[in-house]
Amino acid sequence: MSLLTIQDLTVEFPTRRQLFTAVDHASLSVEPGEIHGLVGESGAGKSTIGAAVMGLLERPGRIAGGQIKLGGDQISGIDVEAMRGLRGKKISMIFQDPLTSLNPLFTVREQLVETIQAHLGGSEAEANKRARDLIDRVGIPDPDTRLDQYPHQFSGGMRQRVVIALALCTEPDVIIADEPTTALDVSVQAQILDLIKELAQERQVGVILITHDMGVIADTTDRVTVMYAGKVVESGTTAQVMGQPQHEYTKSLIAAVPRPTLKLHRFPQISYGGRETRFAIEDMARHWPKVDNDTSKPVYEIRNLTKKFLQRRGLLPWDRTYFTAVDDVSFDIQAGEVFGVVGESGSGKSTVARMIAGLYPVDGGTISFQGKLVSDLSDRAVQDEYRKNIQMIFQDPYSSLNPRMRVDEIVAEPIRHHKLMSGTDIKRRVDELLDQVGLGHEAGQKYPHEFSGGQRQRISIARALATQPRFLICDEPTSALDVSIQAQILNILKDLQEHLGLTMLFISHDLPVVRQMCDRVAVMKQGQMVEIQETSDLFANPQTDYARELLRLMPKLDDLSTDGLGEREE
Amino acid sequence: MFAYIVRRMFQSVIVLLVVGLVAFSMFRFVGDPIDNMLGQERTQADIDRLRTELGLDQPFVVQYAKFLQGAVQGNFGVSYRQGRPVSTILIERAPATLELAFVSGFLAITLGIALGVFTAIRRQGIAANVIMTVSLIGVSLPTFLIGILLIYIFSVELDLLPSFGRGETVMIGSWSTGFLTASGLKALILPAITLGLYQMTLIMRLVRSEMLEVLRADYVRFARARGLSERVINFRHALKNTLVPVITITGLQLGSIIAFAIITETVFQWPGVGLLFINAIQFVDIPVMAAYLMLISVMFVTINLIVDLLYYAIDPRLRVDARAT
Amino acid sequence: MTDTMETTKSAPKSRLAKFWDSDFAWSFRHSPVAVIASLVVVVLVLAAIFAPLIAPYNPFDPATLNLMNGFTPPGTPNAFTQETFLLGTDDQGRDVFSTILYGLRISLFVGVSAVLLALIIGVILGLIAAYFGGWIETLIMRIADVQLTFPAILVAMLIFGIAKGITPPEYRDEMAIYVLIIAIALSDWVQFARVVRGAALVEKNKEYVQAARLIGRGSFPIMFRHILPNVLSPVLVIATISLALAIIAEATLSFLGVGAPPTQPSLGTLIRIGQGFLFSGEWWILFFPACTLLALALSVNLLGDWLRDALNPKLR
Repeated sequence: MSLLTIQDLTVEFPTRRQLFTAVDHASLSVEPGEIHGLVGESGAGKSTIGAAVMGLLERPGRIAGGQIKLGGDQISGIDVEAMRGLRGKKISMIFQDPLTSLNPLFTVREQLVETIQAHLGGSEAEANKRARDLIDRVGIPDPDTRLDQYPHQFSGGMRQRVVIALALCTEPDVIIADEPTTALDVSVQAQILDLIKELAQERQVGVILITHDMGVIADTTDRVTVMYAGKVVESGTTAQVMGQPQHEYTKSLIAAVPRPTLKLHRFPQISYGGRETRFAIEDMARHWPKVDNDTSKPVYEIRNLTKKFLQRRGLLPWDRTYFTAVDDVSFDIQAGEVFGVVGESGSGKSTVARMIAGLYPVDGGTISFQGKLVSDLSDRAVQDEYRKNIQMIFQDPYSSLNPRMRVDEIVAEPIRHHKLMSGTDIKRRVDELLDQVGLGHEAGQKYPHEFSGGQRQRISIARALATQPRFLICDEPTSALDVSIQAQILNILKDLQEHLGLTMLFISHDLPVVRQMCDRVAVMKQGQMVEIQETSDLFANPQTDYARELLRLMPKLDDLSTDGLGEREE
Repeated sequence: MFAYIVRRMFQSVIVLLVVGLVAFSMFRFVGDPIDNMLGQERTQADIDRLRTELGLDQPFVVQYAKFLQGAVQGNFGVSYRQGRPVSTILIERAPATLELAFVSGFLAITLGIALGVFTAIRRQGIAANVIMTVSLIGVSLPTFLIGILLIYIFSVELDLLPSFGRGETVMIGSWSTGFLTASGLKALILPAITLGLYQMTLIMRLVRSEMLEVLRADYVRFARARGLSERVINFRHALKNTLVPVITITGLQLGSIIAFAIITETVFQWPGVGLLFINAIQFVDIPVMAAYLMLISVMFVTINLIVDLLYYAIDPRLRVDARAT
Repeated sequence: MTDTMETTKSAPKSRLAKFWDSDFAWSFRHSPVAVIASLVVVVLVLAAIFAPLIAPYNPFDPATLNLMNGFTPPGTPNAFTQETFLLGTDDQGRDVFSTILYGLRISLFVGVSAVLLALIIGVILGLIAAYFGGWIETLIMRIADVQLTFPAILVAMLIFGIAKGITPPEYRDEMAIYVLIIAIALSDWVQFARVVRGAALVEKNKEYVQAARLIGRGSFPIMFRHILPNVLSPVLVIATISLALAIIAEATLSFLGVGAPPTQPSLGTLIRIGQGFLFSGEWWILFFPACTLLALALSVNLLGDWLRDALNPKLR
């Protein structure tokens, strides 16, 4: 018999306007020692299943049908007290963000001992011993000292290990891990996933691993269930679902995943569940000023760029401490190329982008654009001219558009500011842009919250193109988007570069995406640029240990189906 | 730890110096002290003599320094209205205010926290909702109306408790206390409730909203997911986290008890420093106003310092940051 | 979710219909407390604005006063003049209903003006502190912190006391109302500054602000055109709660005799006058102004409470 069985589960959230069915007749089961992946894009209902199993559905959500069985006993619909007895003891949970899932005012020992005693009883000494063993087991060095520390004294990865220890401390049969590595860096992510795999094997725990990341699914899980709009669309062993997907949605989802091993000309367009919106690049190219990309001279010459942030304030200069975010970085960007910068969080890649964009003043070094020095922010005339020529696409489409401004005002703002046109010309230009990015000019009358993430990113693109810039900075432009939307946006960016002759700086932590997008790549580590290479050379033959390590940790995705990927470039 | 306290003390001293400057400026520029101290029958010679005597012919900075020097020694000059040294008057009046503030502060904090926790945990319950509604009336009722209402019910209609004054007091050294006599205690009841009620409602509403916020936090969800009992979650995990912000604001509230004492003392003719202050404002008795200002700022600064230390004791994040610096 | 165009194809609606359909308007319509409270506020505000038209007597016109009418209980005819007053009269024969209407006018005028002034000062300083940071922020927030240590009512009293010392005695009554407004505003701006700074610090780091800076927009357009509209909802909540506090503060100061003078009585002054007669049995002189004050403060507080929940900003 399966450890955990979910049958025909339906979860509803009654709202004022309608009854929203978050999970619609979903079924799945988990065996001992098995890691069962639950994958889908945002809003697919995967986290809701986790919460329903734990009995932690947020109001006003409710289980409207079906059942959940734990080792043969029904646990859906049982009373609150009985459920509390099961929680922690039989089923446990790991949350996404280790930063907020530990109580900041209690030591690790206090939190562990309290949980152990609540479920297993026993003496304080026994609980203490058990706590120490667990901390040791999840790979935290020096357990005796670490036990008496507070959560804020641990790094992100170590904290997630503490969370795992807490989830394990009463020997549960099932653990639900809801995006357990999304908040972590790639290198830490790999370690945490390995730990979960080992522990599941060793203790014969069934794990439901909820994630949106196909790489995590392919590398970690035994079986996988794919969800779309609250429904289970496909289920099976990971090899089977990833290698020979049956359902159209699964196929399109897998096709949209960027591969590290092969470079595509364009991502296959996902057509499942909605019409594809056309991006009218030819139309746009016709109206674009002719660009003559002179390749003899670099567009950007960046020399010895340095940025320090104040880490601790102090009245006296010697009381202050600084954190060097960017440390003596030099590189060139050629006209018409896409120059990528990769690195983990805190490596300084976004800071470089922001200095080039003129958002941060530089603390050392120079930035020259088309032969002119632009790193002196006080030179108004040069800055004004410069700002017409560069634009930026931001990471988070939910925060990059002012929620209180209408879409046409947002797109018109750069034109108005630079006084490029006036009156009706502005309106015509804005309508044209919105039509071209595939939203239709009616979109101008609305506010950003009326659009989805992908649509918002198109609005961002329309704004960025309003001044007909020569250079585009993309700071993780797709990392907040679902994989299918990511494919669309990446295609648009490729079109822009190809048809309009735009030069781009492309910042990303995601190596496969960089592989698809960039001509040359720089690798950053702790504020320094450790390696700059042609993209294909970097992936084939990394020169530094750090780059080799990053490539090693990258999910390989070799087993993913390659159906429908279309034209390949290499 | 040591550096942290020293930094806090340093800030407190700056606050006191600024307040001192305000008080001194009042002295110096609001109304002419000469006008206030000499009657109509004055000669230019009198004025000049007094000007030199008071040091008013010296530069501003010197005068300020002298004022501070006097203030540190408890010398705030002579009340324009009563003609007695301000420090003597303050020492006479302070015990009444402090006793009143202490009792109502205690009531406000204990009841406020208890009711706040209750209404947060049982936020769907009938009792909690009734308390919340009543508390809104409490916040909307000005302190002086509460006082008048209590006097009307308990003194005028029921004739149970005195409507003004402190009752009999006993002198312990220079401290006159009302705690030791029956009439003193009886006289304390209505003013203490009047003064404490408003603060209690504020503390209660604050504790409730902070606690509700904490109860939504991820670590509380995780504690629930580990199957800890509601009691442990509410009283161990949530309450301790709630206390961190509550302590700061409660400290400020305690400060305002001393200020609101002015109103209560007026309604009940309670012979404390608040009543003294309000009379001083009406008669523009600047030395008394300045001294009162200095006195309560010392109290506020002390309360704030205690709050900071408590904060430090509760939140380990501060401890480590302080150690690192 | 797929990137479909469905959402953008719905029929265009008028702004009013859109607002009526919004969650905000919906939660208002479904909250009896909010509806009743706003009705009370509207009635009281209208009564204050149209006081000269509604009031049966002008309580400040000595010609209409008859001392013989003094202490007439509500609803019963006066023993000497046989005149009837809805809410009775005070010691000088002034109609209590009329004095309440005029008192309400002064209370609301002082409360609203003080909050507006505090709002303007607080919002501007809060935005500047958040946007520029550095020593400007330290300076503004230090002042705010120090002032916050001192309860608003005390600060207001001090400012009133100082102003009284500066102004010549013959202007004191005339100036009192304006001094009161400034005193309350200066004691209350800190709330706005802190809330605006907190919200603006969050907004400032959002990417739309970076986008505006990238275009080259200057500091002030960004602060007022981009950030300000996004921090208005907590400001609205604070303003509502502050209005209740300002009305109470005004009443308190007037009650203590350091606010509105007897020649221009506010509700607080009326209560101060009425207190003297409470114990001798003339309860109505105090009771009706007190009820009006409570109704006003309570309704505004209820509205503020509801607004806070409806807009649900992270507020302290």
